[in-house]
Amino acid sequence: MQDHVTAAEHASSSAGAVVALNVDNLSHAFGGRRVLDAVSLSVRQGRFCALLGLNGAGKTTLFSLITRLYHNTSGRIAVLGHDVRREPAEALRRLGVVFQSRTLDLELSISQNLAYHAALHGMSARDGRERAAAELERAGLVGRADEKVRTLSGGQMRRVEIARALLHRPRLLLLDEPTVGLDIAARADILARVRALSRDEGLGVLWATHLIDEIEAGDDVVILHEGRVLQHGVARDVIAGTGSAGLGAAFSKLTAGAPGTGEGDAGSSD
Amino acid sequence: MRAAAIDRPASAPAPFSEPLGAAAHLRCLGGIMWREALRFLHQRGRFVSALVRPLVWLFIFAAGFRSVLGVSIIPPYETYVLYEVYIAPGLMAMIQLFAGMQSSLAMVYDREMGNMRILLMSPFPRWYLLTSKLLAGVAVSVLQVYVFLLIAWFWEVEPPLLGYIAVLPALILSGLMLGALGLMLSSVIRQLENFAGVMNFVIFPMFFASSALYPLWRVQESSPILYDICRINPFTYAVELIRFALYGQLNVPALAVVTGCTALFLGVSVLAYDPGRGLMAMRGGRE
Repeated sequence: MQDHVTAAEHASSSAGAVVALNVDNLSHAFGGRRVLDAVSLSVRQGRFCALLGLNGAGKTTLFSLITRLYHNTSGRIAVLGHDVRREPAEALRRLGVVFQSRTLDLELSISQNLAYHAALHGMSARDGRERAAAELERAGLVGRADEKVRTLSGGQMRRVEIARALLHRPRLLLLDEPTVGLDIAARADILARVRALSRDEGLGVLWATHLIDEIEAGDDVVILHEGRVLQHGVARDVIAGTGSAGLGAAFSKLTAGAPGTGEGDAGSSD
Repeated sequence: MRAAAIDRPASAPAPFSEPLGAAAHLRCLGGIMWREALRFLHQRGRFVSALVRPLVWLFIFAAGFRSVLGVSIIPPYETYVLYEVYIAPGLMAMIQLFAGMQSSLAMVYDREMGNMRILLMSPFPRWYLLTSKLLAGVAVSVLQVYVFLLIAWFWEVEPPLLGYIAVLPALILSGLMLGALGLMLSSVIRQLENFAGVMNFVIFPMFFASSALYPLWRVQESSPILYDICRINPFTYAVELIRFALYGQLNVPALAVVTGCTALFLGVSVLAYDPGRGLMAMRGGRE
């Protein structure tokens, strides 16, 4: 199976760029409430893709399905060509995630948190240490490896979480509203770091947000509204397509036309 | 600073792409145990309070009931024993019962706080991750039991030296059973997510309707119904497995029941944590 997988991966990467994340016709319901409706999107390697939607649009559900908190019952999700249902281990090994809620152990040190993650991915202690050192250097936290996470600022914690998500060298990085609760400087810093990852290292990045100003004209953007994908493309094309002055206006225009808008969640942020 | 990054072209597969073999599985288990040990070091207060409970029973309850409840010669004891000696195995199991419920509740809490999500992002199979997590909790509870035994020794609870070794596998198995029970309950029954509910509806009934505090023949004398309840209570078998092992004997029916229950509880837990079985999805629906 391993050979077959690697061969498939190889074939698709030589044929062109293997897609980091492919979501195809994905629907999901909780009880009778449909949260995702025929969602299709893809994240290319080396691209920063923003998943833009209001709170309640279905972003977190989409993330839960990609990360296998629960199964997709319809449609297909593939990470680097590996179906998350049929080959969960292969998919998870290529996937790094930064969750919306804080998931670091506050009582443990930075390096202990990273070592735990390395072990969860089956890395040897030495590999884990080397990778942790490299990622902490990138995160600008080298001298603080032995400090308790509790002592870090919000922005630093996020940087540690990103370092942790990169520890096993994933090819796809998911971030669920990673700048929530951060000040402006820390937000810009996290954003710049993640953009650099996709640009310099070819990672596919899916960045969920409800903050329009985090998205640049050259980014890929997926506009998710009430469980449906309204637009998927490069931001400047989306703007041009709607004849708007900016993405904010385009978003308003698109969501205004969508059925079921105005149920009271439009004003919610954070 | 980017040197480590640049050496990989964009189309490279995951560098850690060797199959997840036995060594990797062991490293994963080791990491989970190590984290539990670290957390334990940071929560020494909880360790002490977990010890106080059985010791209060041993020092106070047993002293009070010593004269009321005589225990005749029943296996595995070869002579009349003090009441303290009789209830010691039950109190050992009680430590594990509390520990199992607490660590399972912590897993639910973890899951909601996000640590559980980190665990479940591991590429190893879920059953392996959950079992590893349970084993890590068992390791801590076994340590608690040995500290209890050490203190109890000064209180005339003096099992044979061999018993201290023979009881170890019994403790691991009973700890797994009780941990798996907690995991099963916490994943299936939403109301049990606060500890008071667990105390009232799980821990107390299981503990009192068992052979922990009084031999079953005594229970039968006073209430046949309670006797039947005690006999279908898996906790009774955990207590008896520990009791016999502590005196260097193997109670085969107890071993069979505890093993069977461990498998059953663990199986249900794994199903409950399976992303396809709906329980997670049901819980997800509350978000």
